[in-house]
Amino acid sequence: MADGKKPSDQGFEILLGRLLRTGVVIAAVIVLAGGVAFLSHSQAPSADYGTFHGAPAGLNEVRSIVHGAAGLAPLAVIQFGLLVLIATPVARVLFSMLGFVLERDWMYVGVTAIVLGLLIYSLANHSAR
Amino acid sequence: MNTLEFTLVVAAGSFVAGMLGALTGLGGGVVIVPLLTLVFGVDIRYAIGASLVSVIATSSGAAAAYLKEGYSNMRVGMFLEMATTAGALSGAFIAGYVSTSAIAIIFGVVLLYSAYTSFGGPKEPEKGLAADRVATFLRLDGTFPADRARGAAEDSTEREAYHVRNVPAGFSLMYVAGVLSGLLGIGSGAVKVLAMDQAMKIPFKVSTTTSNFMIGVTAAASAGIYLRRGYIDPALALPVMLGVLAGALVGALILPGAKVRSLRIVFGTVIAALGVQMILEGIRGKL
Repeated sequence: MADGKKPSDQGFEILLGRLLRTGVVIAAVIVLAGGVAFLSHSQAPSADYGTFHGAPAGLNEVRSIVHGAAGLAPLAVIQFGLLVLIATPVARVLFSMLGFVLERDWMYVGVTAIVLGLLIYSLANHSAR
Repeated sequence: MNTLEFTLVVAAGSFVAGMLGALTGLGGGVVIVPLLTLVFGVDIRYAIGASLVSVIATSSGAAAAYLKEGYSNMRVGMFLEMATTAGALSGAFIAGYVSTSAIAIIFGVVLLYSAYTSFGGPKEPEKGLAADRVATFLRLDGTFPADRARGAAEDSTEREAYHVRNVPAGFSLMYVAGVLSGLLGIGSGAVKVLAMDQAMKIPFKVSTTTSNFMIGVTAAASAGIYLRRGYIDPALALPVMLGVLAGALVGALILPGAKVRSLRIVFGTVIAALGVQMILEGIRGKL
């Protein structure tokens, strides 16, 4: 085991790389579509980013973003694309865990579970401010 | 400026940042925040949110190419991700309680350090080191494709073995890299490479590709907290994310023919100037 990488490992890594790239492409397409819709009916002066007042209401929480994107609200669609982007590395960690399970490498199943737990804590814990 | 003009100008700036980041290996995130705050007058919290999103995009987008080459070490990456994600959560948490001036000053110092590494260039760690007990227990040692430049055939499957050293020191530095990532919305590539090259003695190609692999996961850990705090504004993240991503793709395409050495010096100078500016504005309390 000390020789580290086995050939099967590398095939799995290529698969993970494709997963990540696919996630980024899907996210970019969603953000671009929302962006085109947003810019096509927005002649107003650009928003004031000089003072911080947080993202517009309904765009800082997963549930309301999904709800807004389902109604095709342009900004919510962009934000949904960004959620897909954020979820991509999380999916990568999940798949790495499956890879370690298949190898029966329980120590690294544990390591990956800790990383996954920290990620889920960040995304799901609503009291963290 | 109306919304369309603002979006296009920010997208153009982000494109250049992403391209230079890919060409020099420093990442685009490190200049996005100074670009948005110093040039466009954006509040640093919005800037950090938009930058973090672009960091996830470039890291994940580049991973496919890196993973195919077979340099990155999955166990080293996953083991150290425990430190970087915990650090990123701490950093994002702290960011809510630290003044924006202090964040600007810390950011300036990190920019100066990144500029320093782009001038000095990384030193290849010593080879032929003995095995380390902690690394052996954690099965961190690995192999990478033997250097094709040094006589190995193009289709050679020959691999060179290496031992990982100083695991506790590397793990601690990775926690610091995570804190900076969560606090500043950057990939902290410079600190990650410092931890893996200089502390853990991991070969350069392995450390840079593994570091890139880890950056997306680290950034995702603070993204959830940023989202709830309202740091991620869709209308601003739109041009930044798409601009940096397109710039990084073009940068990777023209990399083989680029004069990387002189680019690093130019980009390093720009980063150093931005770093000084961030510190000054932070001290004046303007950011």
